Amino acid sequence: MTKYSLNILIAVFAILLLSMAHFRFIDSYIQIVVMTIGINIMMATSLNLVNGNMGEFTCGHAAFMCVGAYVSSVLSVFCFGSKFGDPLLPAASVLIVFPIILLIGGGVAAVSSLLVSVPSFKTRDDYLAIISIAVNYMIISALENMDFIGGSRGFQGMKDTVWAMVDIFDGPWMMFWVINFTILTVWVIRRFISSTYGKGVNAICQDEVAAEIMSVNTNKIKIINFMVAAGLAGCAGGLYAHIIGYVNPQSFNILKSTEALVMVYLGGMGSLSGAIISAVIFTMLLEVLRSQAIIDGLMSPFTLVFPDWEPSAGVIKWVMIPLLLVVVMQFRPEGIMGNRELGDIFPWLKKFYRFK
Amino acid sequence: MDFIIQNILNALQWGSFYALIALGYTLVYGVLRLINFAHGDIFMVGAYISFFVAGFLLGPTIGLSPAIAFAVTVPLTMALTSLVGVTLERVAYRPLRRKGAHRLYVVITALMCGLILEYSNLAVLGASRLKFPALLEKQIWHLGGVTLTNLKVLVIVTAILVFVFLQWVVTKTRIGMAMRGISYDKFAIPLMGIPIDTIIVFTFVLGSGFAGLAGLLFAMSYPVLEPFMGMLIGWKAFIAAVVGGIGDIKGAFVGGFLLGFIEVGVVTVFPSTYRDLFAFTILLLILWVKPTGLFGMPQSTKI
Repeated sequence: MTKYSLNILIAVFAILLLSMAHFRFIDSYIQIVVMTIGINIMMATSLNLVNGNMGEFTCGHAAFMCVGAYVSSVLSVFCFGSKFGDPLLPAASVLIVFPIILLIGGGVAAVSSLLVSVPSFKTRDDYLAIISIAVNYMIISALENMDFIGGSRGFQGMKDTVWAMVDIFDGPWMMFWVINFTILTVWVIRRFISSTYGKGVNAICQDEVAAEIMSVNTNKIKIINFMVAAGLAGCAGGLYAHIIGYVNPQSFNILKSTEALVMVYLGGMGSLSGAIISAVIFTMLLEVLRSQAIIDGLMSPFTLVFPDWEPSAGVIKWVMIPLLLVVVMQFRPEGIMGNRELGDIFPWLKKFYRFK
Repeated sequence: MDFIIQNILNALQWGSFYALIALGYTLVYGVLRLINFAHGDIFMVGAYISFFVAGFLLGPTIGLSPAIAFAVTVPLTMALTSLVGVTLERVAYRPLRRKGAHRLYVVITALMCGLILEYSNLAVLGASRLKFPALLEKQIWHLGGVTLTNLKVLVIVTAILVFVFLQWVVTKTRIGMAMRGISYDKFAIPLMGIPIDTIIVFTFVLGSGFAGLAGLLFAMSYPVLEPFMGMLIGWKAFIAAVVGGIGDIKGAFVGGFLLGFIEVGVVTVFPSTYRDLFAFTILLLILWVKPTGLFGMPQSTKI
């Protein structure tokens, strides 16, 4: 029973969410929030693989999301959309082709991660940070200069694929895919980290030179680790593009990378459950602080003193969240979970589940 | 020929801004091994401070003439901006350093401080762009086909003077020796009787002060202020500092001008939308060939 308890719990939760969305118990806004949480979990856990487990410092994770988003949206428009002429594939095949499209997007993103991982053979921390920032800017700038996919005006038309799915069965399809891919991401990362390669990744984090002496092929491990992380981020990007139905290079800029970084360091470096928890908390916080009423309430002491000042929620939100993080860092510099998993903090939990 | 000289001058001006900001990054990095990601925003705060100081001095309550106002604005802006930098150090970085937190957590804190500066500016002053008052009477000299403004000369000369000054401070003075010592071994330095916190505060004063100066000069050259002006230029200056070899004053200076030349060179040949693409590709290639930057020393790794 303990062997399957977690799987059953997740399956029940997923079915509950999907049926609630299907029978309109939760409105489309909450659905979007739930899907954003899923995407952010994918981003946080995949970045955690590089920044937490391997101990490198890359701050351009949104670049891979961008590649995945563009590749999968272009493919999906080619296959099911009408923007580039007639659809290549019959609409009935969408349920099989759509995950393949997402995986192809992830694959291309994984290949693009070579831009960061090959220089990382020789360089470490701060220099690698720069390389990743430069790659982020390069990819955005390259996409902005490609006119056939919209350039800086953005690219749309992916909703045709979603409509094709809705034609087959009227249900919350994007939610279904987001839940599936989130579970896939967490499972892949968990399996990867507990494999021999994952041990190598942790060895590189502890001491790269010593790991090399102990016959860990550091270059190979680095390439694989970057590829897994970037590939999963690419899948997240593909899902994001299909949820919003519109992609723009500037929505994957350094601010998006910063969000992913924040989630990793808030959760604690190298902790998978920490990354998941902080992704949930962070996304919820972003959504809660979006409400103008709450911001007005919080800012009422200041507006009493300066009656002319009208704080806008979109701006104050980005003052309060960093402030909160700075405060969290002062009192708990290792993040929510530190370097541990949920089972290490609450040992009695281990009696009820086994997570491989 | 005139065209080339004109563009070289433009590149020198752009490079000067990058170099001035990159010097601040490199100073802090050289001492603390900390990427101060808030530095670009300190530059932005410097520009705003200079705006308010200049507006106050030129305004009806004081009413100085522009030349005197400029002379007063420069030190005042530098002092106030360095105050902002030191406050960040005291409030955000020092407690973390005392606790012995992982380096990367301090970096994230710096990143967050930058966001706070940007958005609190946006919240307080609003999204409207501000127009910087004209402090210097604009003089344009024509040398053949080349136009030269006094502001351009001022910017370039300032960058060179700041570089010479910082190079002198770091290599020739006792406090510079202490700074190099801290970057060499943070644990042995207090045993030698060197007050480590004072040296760090001094470093932040220097770096932020010159970022403020860069903000003032930038606001005079491109007189439109907005809260996000420091973001892109800050990231780029940081990249310039790394390409030069971070932690090395000469490297930051050369890297800043290199980036300026690459950007202006790309814009003269290709459409301006390709600027970032080419600039970053070239920088990536440089780092690929020389992973520690142009002047950086490879750090020896011990087991």
